[in-house]
Amino acid sequence: MGMTMTQKILAAHAGLESVKAGQLISAKLDIVLGNDITTPVAVNEFKKAGFDTVFNKDKIAIVLDHFVPNKDIKAAEQSKQCREFALAHSVSHFYDVGKMGIEHALLPEQGVVTAGDCIIGADSHTCTYGALGAFSTGVGSTDMAAGMATGTAWFKVPSAIRFELKGKLPEHCSGKDVILTIIGMIGVDGALYRSMEFSGEGVATLSMDDRLCICNMAIEAGAKNGIFPVDEVTKQYMEGRCERTPVIYEADEDAEYERTIEIDLGSIVPTVACPHLPENTHPAEELGDIKIDQVVIGSCTNGRMEDMEAAFNILKDKKIADNVRCIIIPGTMQILRECVQRGYVTAFIDAGAVVSTPTCGPCLGGYMGILAAGERCIATTNRNFVGRMGHVESEVYLASPATAAASALTGYITDPRRNS
Amino acid sequence: METKGKVFKYPDNVDTDVIIPARYLNTSDANELAKHCMEDIDNTFVSRVNKGDIIVAGWNFGCGSSREHAPLVIKTCGTGCVIAKSFARIFYRNAINIGMPILECEAAAEEIEDGDEVSVDFGTGVITNITKGKTYKAEPFPSFIQNIIGKGGLLASLKEGC
Repeated sequence: MGMTMTQKILAAHAGLESVKAGQLISAKLDIVLGNDITTPVAVNEFKKAGFDTVFNKDKIAIVLDHFVPNKDIKAAEQSKQCREFALAHSVSHFYDVGKMGIEHALLPEQGVVTAGDCIIGADSHTCTYGALGAFSTGVGSTDMAAGMATGTAWFKVPSAIRFELKGKLPEHCSGKDVILTIIGMIGVDGALYRSMEFSGEGVATLSMDDRLCICNMAIEAGAKNGIFPVDEVTKQYMEGRCERTPVIYEADEDAEYERTIEIDLGSIVPTVACPHLPENTHPAEELGDIKIDQVVIGSCTNGRMEDMEAAFNILKDKKIADNVRCIIIPGTMQILRECVQRGYVTAFIDAGAVVSTPTCGPCLGGYMGILAAGERCIATTNRNFVGRMGHVESEVYLASPATAAASALTGYITDPRRNS
Repeated sequence: METKGKVFKYPDNVDTDVIIPARYLNTSDANELAKHCMEDIDNTFVSRVNKGDIIVAGWNFGCGSSREHAPLVIKTCGTGCVIAKSFARIFYRNAINIGMPILECEAAAEEIEDGDEVSVDFGTGVITNITKGKTYKAEPFPSFIQNIIGKGGLLASLKEGC
């Protein structure tokens, strides 16, 4: 029986001819990732277990992004612990303030991850790199510690759901609307333990930023990973960027999928996930008058250049509604620099927004935009759980950058097609 | 190995943000973090939980973030076991890796009620509701995973294998 794309990558990294769903394997890792929240726990476990060397200094990435620039003394201590570990072990891919970005925007941009890789990251959104045709999944800190020590991780080979994409996204719709629509269809555990494999003629119409956003939220459907086939768009993105040679895997024609779901990209509409689960989705135009206090445009889901461009196209020469705070967070230093060069930052400030240095910040209720009781935010982030962005009685609505920007102008959740 | 205690019952999709809110993640000190266990879903949990008590929940327990702090605070509070209809995959993996006992059992998770006195035998997977006089059998872990748990967690099992 044939293998899915994920199964082929796992088989190759386990040194096996073939694998099947449910099989337990030990696979070699190409990158082991951690951030300023999860790395300290991993470092403690690494030391406690008596390890003193890492398996390969070039295959470890440590990115300070959640609470940096340090939000308080405790966060500063955690950053310091990461910094000292990275220095002590000569970790090649260590990104501190000035070089850092939100990890899942940064690693693809810097070419640290590539097609065919097997990657674990102590961050649930590590599934983002499936957009490049890699197997990439989120784990905890103990797995990170074990991965840094041994260069391997255990996996249960996942079965897969295939998403057959056709058509092309309409104007003002993006990858975020696609993945929110899918999570609304299958639920927050609709792909539990499984791969979400995307295929079909519609793939070619999606940009890398769209694909990265779609794979990023695979975890919000409970998936182990999301993955796109490697095509010309991927190859062009990787060209001259990736430090290691990409390896291209394709699903076998007779690969077995638990189910196949057809998605007509042409029928996607601006979509919003209402509190308090990402599956609670509704078309933006059907939501009625939902007044907002804050807008956040950024995060590992939507802090990339196309996201900034979508926000710029809506906010330029306009004014953000009274009594709305609009916080824009470019995902990496390179994206921030590009926003400055293109004049986006000036346009955002003129519209009444603030522009932040890259950070996960408000997405997880860290800092840089915490909500009070009763406040409501529309955000391009990935989770709208109770208390996610602040007080337990605050609310987060998830949407695309276009929908979030359109809402910033009206002060109410707004379909971006209405403004144009 | 077994645990016995009173049940704290929670619904489907209990996420890691309500188990341990990210606003407290500026430390990795387990005892400090444990003061906030379950705070955003039940702010009385920490004051009421006793050693050996059991959390029972619905589908997809532990969804969301990969933070290992979530099973860690549940363990540090003295919770003896989490029984759920299903677990989110990273939480499941993290719980095993740090040696926090968890069991998947749909019938038990459906029928056991808040405040019931329950015992769990990890060797057999038998869950006994002492209050209601009813027993359930959870799916045992695959032997590979039993080995990790038996050796006290992933890193301990790796060191032994070296």
